[in-house]
Amino acid sequence: MIRFMLAIIRRDLLLVARQPAEMINPLVFFVLVIALFPLGISPEASLLSQTAAGVIWVAAMLATLLSLELLFKLDHDDGSLEQLLLAPYPSWSLVLAKVFVHWLVSGLPLILISPLIATMLFLPSHAVPALMLSLLIGTPTLSLLGAIGAALVTGVRGGGMLLTLLILPLYVPVIIFGASSVAAAAQGMPIDGYMALLAAMFVFALMITPWAAGSALKL
Amino acid sequence: MYFESLEALWNMAGHGSYVWSSYGLFVALLGINIWHARSQNLKALKQAKAFVRRNP
Amino acid sequence: MTQSIWRMPRWFHQMGSPKWFYDFGGVLQPWFAVAAFVLLTWGAVWGLAFAPADYQQGNSFRIMYVHVPSAILSQSIFLGMAVAGAIGLIWKMKVAFMVARSCIAIGATFTAIALLTGAIWGKPTWGAYWVWDARLTSTLVLFFLYAGVMALNQAISDRQIAGKATAILAIVGTINIPIIKYSVEWWNTLHQSSSFTLTEKPSMPADMYLPLLLTVLGSYCLFVLVVLMRTRAQILQTQSGASWLMQHRDITGA
Repeated sequence: MIRFMLAIIRRDLLLVARQPAEMINPLVFFVLVIALFPLGISPEASLLSQTAAGVIWVAAMLATLLSLELLFKLDHDDGSLEQLLLAPYPSWSLVLAKVFVHWLVSGLPLILISPLIATMLFLPSHAVPALMLSLLIGTPTLSLLGAIGAALVTGVRGGGMLLTLLILPLYVPVIIFGASSVAAAAQGMPIDGYMALLAAMFVFALMITPWAAGSALKL
Repeated sequence: MYFESLEALWNMAGHGSYVWSSYGLFVALLGINIWHARSQNLKALKQAKAFVRRNP
Repeated sequence: MTQSIWRMPRWFHQMGSPKWFYDFGGVLQPWFAVAAFVLLTWGAVWGLAFAPADYQQGNSFRIMYVHVPSAILSQSIFLGMAVAGAIGLIWKMKVAFMVARSCIAIGATFTAIALLTGAIWGKPTWGAYWVWDARLTSTLVLFFLYAGVMALNQAISDRQIAGKATAILAIVGTINIPIIKYSVEWWNTLHQSSSFTLTEKPSMPADMYLPLLLTVLGSYCLFVLVVLMRTRAQILQTQSGASWLMQHRDITGA
């Protein structure tokens, strides 16, 4: 089964490599949304640094949502999803493999570019490690939970909007603790509790997603 | 009754608009729900009867 | 023979039979209608006109008699919807999916009532129609969860697949609700200075508390009534070809 998952990972990464736009788009979107906030609100450093944690987290969530729709859609459209589900391996392994690629392609770049974003929004530099850590634990959680929604709306017309509606309530806890952890770090407070909770949510998502998404795909 | 008159009941010492609008919402929204459920039922019954008429 | 992990008593499987549900549900329906009407009217009249006013909030606390039942029902119905969905998935019971589907609209309605009456209650109490307190915010998120289930149910055209998909979503949502509530409450204590919550239930004298009990029970009866009605409607819609239905006295008029 590991080889099955590795094969899927390799295949999906190859597909992404052939269409780099799939990888660049969420990143550009992320930076754009961040840039819009000072434009829409105010470029004042004191105001921006106060809201930076939340803004970055919401933008990261939106960027993840943007790329989620394609998670299963492309494979569904050309029929390969059905074939993959017929393989003698549990469907949750397929889900995990695809979610991993999704995170590599959408979550990881966000984490890597976050120090730059932090500067744009005047987030204090001592909060940046907390930002990166929270994103490191949080974005896989977002990818996992999002996969449930993506699996449910596969093959449904207008799935993108519906997907967003389905998943956003599930994202609320992740956003709350992700953003709060960064805000706490900016104020110099300990972040262990937040990280522990984020990690717990990640593990929780890891447990329910493969089952839920796998069952949903087979519908 | 807790209130001295019907007018006092309506007014509720200034809070009348809040209380009555809340109760009104409760009744209205649930009433719509029941009415809709009932009309769904009647329509389904009608369709089932029509189906039976067509396929004896 | 349905496959299942546990051996369930016969009445359990009997409930899954459309014919049984339709007939027995039809018998129960008028009783729940009467019960709902009596309990709600009695509770409302008592709470509106006869219960003493709260010394802190004055008469606006009477909103509690519609707000609290709605809040309670909004959460119980979501849980019930998920349980019905789970039963449908595990025992492959069509009727269970129908019951789950019947819960969506009424559950969303109670949630909306809870939100709106909560906001209305907030105005005389706190001076603002909306505050981001823990209860209101998590009720708002619950409303979005309902909206998602409703949207998913309508988006999928195949009724069988729609039933299963909404069941999965309802289950995932229900597991997440405690997490959401916890995180929103935690977020609220971080940011909110006031400690007063709308629905805090201090020890109330009996003549304040009893009307509430009545309206809660009455609301539950109303919920059961709606579920019976809507499920029976779905049975009628989907079982048109079944012989038991075609010869049923509701159809033949006998």
